[in-house]
Amino acid sequence: MKALAARRHHPMALLVILLLALVATGGLYVAFQPQTAQAESYTQDDVDAGEALFLANCATCHGRNAEGLQDADGSALGPSLIGVGAAAVDFQVGTGRMPMENSGAQAWRKPPQMNDEQTRQLAAYVASLGPGPAVPDEEYLDTSKGDATKGGEIFRINCAMCHNAAGAGGALTRGKFAPPVIGVDPKHVYEAMDTGPQNMPVFNENNLSPEDKRDVITYLDALEENGSPGGISLGSVGPVTEGLYAWTIILSLLLGCAVWLGAKAK
Amino acid sequence: MTTTTPDTRKQTSDDASSSRVYKLGAVGGDWLDQRLSGGGFVKFIARKIFPDHWSFMFGEVALYSFVILLISGTFLTMFFDPSMEEVVYNGPYVPLQGEHVSRAFESTLQISFEVKGGLLFRQMHHWSALVFMVAIFVHMFRVFFTGAFRKPRELNWIVGFTLMVLGMVAGFSGYSLPDDVLSGNGLRVIDGLMKSIPIIGTYLSMLLFGGEFPGTDIIPRLFTVHILLVPAMILGLIAIHLVLLVLHKHTQYPGPGRTERNVVGFPVFPVYAAKAGGFFFLVFGVITLISATTAINGVWVYGPYDPSPVSAGSQPDWYMLWTDGGLRLIPGWEFTIFGYVISLNMLIPMGIYGALLGSLALYPFIESWVTGDDREHHLLDLPYNAPVRTGLGVSWISVYLILALAATNDIIAIGLHLSINDLTWAFRIGIFVVPVLVFFITKRICLSLQRQARQKALHGSETSRVVRTESGKMLEIHEPLDEFDRWVLVQHDDYRPLQAGKGVSSLRAKATSFFFKDRIEPVSPAELREAFEHYAHEKHEIDSATGGDYRTPAETAHHAG
Ligand code: HEC
Ligand code: HEC
Repeated sequence: MKALAARRHHPMALLVILLLALVATGGLYVAFQPQTAQAESYTQDDVDAGEALFLANCATCHGRNAEGLQDADGSALGPSLIGVGAAAVDFQVGTGRMPMENSGAQAWRKPPQMNDEQTRQLAAYVASLGPGPAVPDEEYLDTSKGDATKGGEIFRINCAMCHNAAGAGGALTRGKFAPPVIGVDPKHVYEAMDTGPQNMPVFNENNLSPEDKRDVITYLDALEENGSPGGISLGSVGPVTEGLYAWTIILSLLLGCAVWLGAKAK
Repeated sequence: MTTTTPDTRKQTSDDASSSRVYKLGAVGGDWLDQRLSGGGFVKFIARKIFPDHWSFMFGEVALYSFVILLISGTFLTMFFDPSMEEVVYNGPYVPLQGEHVSRAFESTLQISFEVKGGLLFRQMHHWSALVFMVAIFVHMFRVFFTGAFRKPRELNWIVGFTLMVLGMVAGFSGYSLPDDVLSGNGLRVIDGLMKSIPIIGTYLSMLLFGGEFPGTDIIPRLFTVHILLVPAMILGLIAIHLVLLVLHKHTQYPGPGRTERNVVGFPVFPVYAAKAGGFFFLVFGVITLISATTAINGVWVYGPYDPSPVSAGSQPDWYMLWTDGGLRLIPGWEFTIFGYVISLNMLIPMGIYGALLGSLALYPFIESWVTGDDREHHLLDLPYNAPVRTGLGVSWISVYLILALAATNDIIAIGLHLSINDLTWAFRIGIFVVPVLVFFITKRICLSLQRQARQKALHGSETSRVVRTESGKMLEIHEPLDEFDRWVLVQHDDYRPLQAGKGVSSLRAKATSFFFKDRIEPVSPAELREAFEHYAHEKHEIDSATGGDYRTPAETAHHAG
C-alpha cells in the first residue's frame, strides 16, 4: 500500500515538497557557490564613493564593514553582505527594498532612494568585498533573443507556485509573500533569480543558465504584452475573485433588474 | 388558442395584409388545437396566477442562466475536441507556440483566439455557470427562510436540492474539460479523495480515470457527463420542478386578502409572461455585458496540464470552494491499519460535507417531525416568526462560508497582509464557535423583532408626539394600525414545547423544547380588546388635552403664518 500512500497527496503537499526542494537547492548554492561572476569593470573611485554611501545609509544594520550586525537580543539587524555580489545590491537598492525602512516579515518594494549612479557605486563597493553574482549583461536581458514558450515552461514549473501562473503574486507562510512579477524591470527579474532575495530560492547558473533566465524574462514580457484578452482581469488571481464578482457585482445587477421590473409591473 | 380579427376597424389596403396574417393565425391556431387539443391546457396555464415579489425571481434567474448555458454550450461543443491526444500548438498565442499540449487544450485556445466570437461564448458559458449557481443558492435561501418548503412542497425541495448538486457536478465536469493546469489540479484532488476511501478507493480511481491518474480517458468521459448526462438530468428535474410549482401554486407573503386558499397576483398571460420574457432578456443582457467586459478562466495563462506545476492561487470555482476548505483546515491526520492507510484528513472532511448536504436535504422532514404539523402551507413565514429555523439556516450558511473562506486562505492572506498560518487557525476555531454564536444572535434578533411586532399590533405605531395633560401626565400619541396591517403581524403560527409521554417520545419533546422554548406569546383576542379599550381611553384623555388638534405649537404657528 506504499503506492497508495505516495499518491494520496493534496496539491498543497506537492507544493511543500517543491518548496523544500527549491530551498535545498538554494542551500546547496550557498555551499558550492559558483564563482563565475563576470565582474563589471568598477573603478576604485566607484568603490570609494560606494563605501561612503554605505557608511551613511547601510552600516547601521549591515555593520561598518558589511559583516552583518545583531541587536542586543542576538537577532540579526542585517545579514553580512560579503560575497552577495553586485547583483544583490542592484536588486535590493534598485527596487527600493534597501535601505530597509522598518523590520517586518519582509522588506517591501518602494520607490528607490538611490539614483542609478549611487546604486552602481554601492554595488561596486559590495562586489569589492568578495566575489558574487554580478549585474547581468545586456545580452541576457534582450527579449528579442529569448524563447517565450520555453520560458513559460520554466516559469510554470519553478516560479508559479509562489508567484502565481499569471505572475500576480501569492502568499507564503507566516505573512510572507511572493510579490507580483509582471512589470518588473528585466534586470531585476534576472537578479532576483540569480540572488534569491529573502524567501525566494536561488536559481544559480547550474539550474537555470543565463539563456534560461532570458527565456523567463521573455515569457514575462509576453504575458504583460498579451494583457487580458478577455477584458477586466480581476487581479488575475483565478476563481476566487471571479466568484466574488459573481456574488457582488453580477448579483446586484440582477437584483436591480428584478426590483425594477417588480416596480414597473405595479 | 385563437386570435380574432378586430372587425370594427375600417380596412385600408395596408390593413388588408395584416388582417390576412390575423386570419392565418386563427386558422393555424385552430389547426393545432384540433390536433393537440391543447386549448384547455393553454387556457389553464394562461389563467394561472403568480404572485409578484422580487425575492421570487431568483429561481427564474437560475432557469434563464441555464438556458444561456445551453445556448453557449451548444456553440462551444461545435469547436471543442475532447481528446487527450498530444499535439504541438501552433496557433496565434505566441507564449505557447511549439508547446506540447492535448487536443482538448488546443481546441480551447482555438475557441479563445481563432473562432470568431469564441472567447465571448466561452466567457458567457463560464459566467452564466457561476450565475446559475449563485441564483440557485439565493433561491434556496429564500425558500428556506420563508418556510416555503413546508407541506405540500417537501418533494419539490428535494428536487431543487438535487438540482443544486447536479449544478455542482455540471460545473466541475465543465471546469475540467480545457485540460489546463488549474483544472488538472482539481481532478487531482478528486483522485486523492477517491483514493482515500479505504479498500475500494484505488479501484474507484482506476475505474474513473481508466488506469493511473491522469491517463487519457478522463476528458472524453467527463465530456459525455458534461454535455449529455448532467444536462439531461437537469432538464428533466427542472421540468418536474416547474410542474410541481404549477400543481402546488405559488406561495405568497401574508398580506391583505391573501390566505392559505387563494393566490393574489397577476395571470400568467399576458402580464406575467411579458414580465418573465422581459426578465429573461435582462438576465441575458447582464450576462452578455459581463462576459464582454470581464475575463474569466484564462487557460492560456495556466498552461497545458502537467502534473508537476501547481500555481499559487489554485482554487476551484466558487461553488466548489467549500469542498476544498475542509481539506485545507484539517491537520494531516492518518494512521495505518492492517497495511491500509486510513486518511482521516480526507475522510473527516468528506463526512462533514455529507452532513452539510444531508441536513439541507432533510430539513423539511426534520422540521415537520418536530412541529407535528400536517397542514398545507401556502402563506410564507416572515423569517423572524421562525427564530430557530432562521438561526439554523444562518448557522448552516456560516459553516459553508467558513469552509469557502478557508479554501481561499492564501488569497486572503496576501490581500489583507495576514499570516496564512494565523488565518488557518482562526478558521479552525471559527468553524466550531461561529455557527453556535450566529445561531443565538440570529434567534435573539428574531425574538426581539417579534416582540416589536406584537407591540405594534397592540398599540399601533408610535408617532413620537407626546402630550402633557392638565394633571401633568405624559402620553404618547399612537397611530392605530388598519386591520390588514395588524393581521400581517398576528397571523403566524404558534408552537409550544411538548411534554414527553402520551405518544410524544422524549427525543421529540427535547426537539420541540429546542425549537420553541423561547417564544413570544402571540396576541390574544382578549389582549387586543383590552388594548382597544386602553387606546380609546387614552385617546379621550389626549383629545381633551389637545382639543383633537395633534399638531405641535410650532406647527400651528407655522400654519397660521
Ligand atoms: C533597517 C536595517 C537595514 C538597512 C538600513 C539596510 N538594510 Fe540591507 N538588509 C536588512 C535586512 C534585515 C536584510 C535581510 C532580509 C532581506 O533580505 O530583506 C537585508 C538584506 C540586504 C541585502 C541582501 C543580502 C542577500 O543575502 O542577498 C542586500 C544586498 C542589502 N541588504 C543591501 C543594503 C544596502 C546597500 C543598504 C544601504 C543602501 C541596506 N541594505 C540598508 C536590513 C537593512
Ligand atoms: C519559494 C517561493 C519563490 C519561488 C519558487 C520563486 N520566487 Fe521570486 N520571490 C519570492 C519572494 C518571497 C520574493 C520577495 C523577495 C523580496 O521581497 O525581497 C520574490 C521576489 C521576486 C522578484 C522581485 C519582484 C519585485 O517586486 O521586485 C522577481 C522578479 C521574482 N521573484 C522572480 C521569480 C522567478 C522568475 C522565479 C522562478 C525562476 C521565482 N521568482 C521563484 C519567492 C519565490
